[in-house]
Amino acid sequence: MTTIKLREGAAGATILGLGSYRPRRRVTNDELAQVMDTNDEWIQSRVGIAERRWASEDETLVDMSIAAGGKALAASGLAPDQIDLVIVASASLTAPIPGIGPQVAHRLGIPRPGAFDLNAGCAGFCYALSVANDAIRTGEATNVLVVGVERLSDVTDQTDRSTAVIFADGAGAAVLGPTDEPGIGPVAWGSDGDQYTAIEIAAGRSTMTMAGQTVYRWATTKLTQTLLEAMEKAGVTAADIDVFAPHQANLRIIESMAKKLGFSENTVIARDIVQSGNTSAASVPLALTALMESGEAKSGDLALVLGYGAGLTFAGQVLRLP
Amino acid sequence: MPSTADIQAGLAEILEEVAGVAPADATPEKSFTDDLDVDSLSMVEIATAVEDKFGVAIPDDELANIKTVGDAMSFIEKNQG
Repeated sequence: MTTIKLREGAAGATILGLGSYRPRRRVTNDELAQVMDTNDEWIQSRVGIAERRWASEDETLVDMSIAAGGKALAASGLAPDQIDLVIVASASLTAPIPGIGPQVAHRLGIPRPGAFDLNAGCAGFCYALSVANDAIRTGEATNVLVVGVERLSDVTDQTDRSTAVIFADGAGAAVLGPTDEPGIGPVAWGSDGDQYTAIEIAAGRSTMTMAGQTVYRWATTKLTQTLLEAMEKAGVTAADIDVFAPHQANLRIIESMAKKLGFSENTVIARDIVQSGNTSAASVPLALTALMESGEAKSGDLALVLGYGAGLTFAGQVLRLP
Repeated sequence: MPSTADIQAGLAEILEEVAGVAPADATPEKSFTDDLDVDSLSMVEIATAVEDKFGVAIPDDELANIKTVGDAMSFIEKNQG
């Protein structure tokens, strides 16, 4: 019998560079209060958002992916032709065929890589990181570009205060490469598919609905275990975590998770939601780049990340920041 | 089985902890949203704390029907143990 040969993989993978893109247009709470029954105090007290970015027509999913991906590539020091896999995580393609992965790769000058889209809702970026990590470890890819990008303003009823004040637009990206010293820990992931209607664009509809209380309860009661599992699998404890960057869904969820995990007082907690709103699959890389740009997080820091959202899906990892 | 007074006291403790409501204000006729300024997400936190403390399950659709402190007290009384 002929044996099927497998490729040699790398001992581990690590993030070589991060990049992000924030749409130009800032939308304040006061602006939203002019078109719907809400106000700054109401929004800040419930979700902790002061402003968010909504993309303009010329800031397409592909454009934002290229901007973020280009910055991540530049930060990684790699040339486009060294990338052989591109994964774009998004849940807001209003034109779902084709996926945008191949076009993003082409426009970045990456020659004929494996390229696809991944939809795991707001957990998409962390799911994609895990897939990229495994591709490098098995030798199926050498260097991978992962993008999380959303234009949730396209799929949000902009007069519905239960969603319009929360969801926003943006892109974040990471370039991953092989390394002897692992920079990405094992993923703690899963799904609760019985709650598939909690966040959805129902068949035949064009805008998203969310059962806010249901999702809030799920996030504040079920996901602490996922975070603990991600740390345990990576062999670290809360005391080792320099940066906690969970999906930026709601400031109250972020504070609740941080309190339960018992980090040291030096652990930096990502609160990018205040400036960016909930950008779904883009929120984790947007939060990480914001902390690195402000100097609150630095190269070599150990970060605990978590994505969670529509599905319901969840995925958490421990990462070394580039 | 805790008495009605025990349930009210336990609920008052949760309300103080989660939403900063003074225990003296946690009386049966009070509406969570209108009188005690408890928002929908704090109601979720109160529900999970009540579940832990009293061993009852409060699904989201039931939670929607709990408008006053008294509603919560009778829900706990009816569904306990």
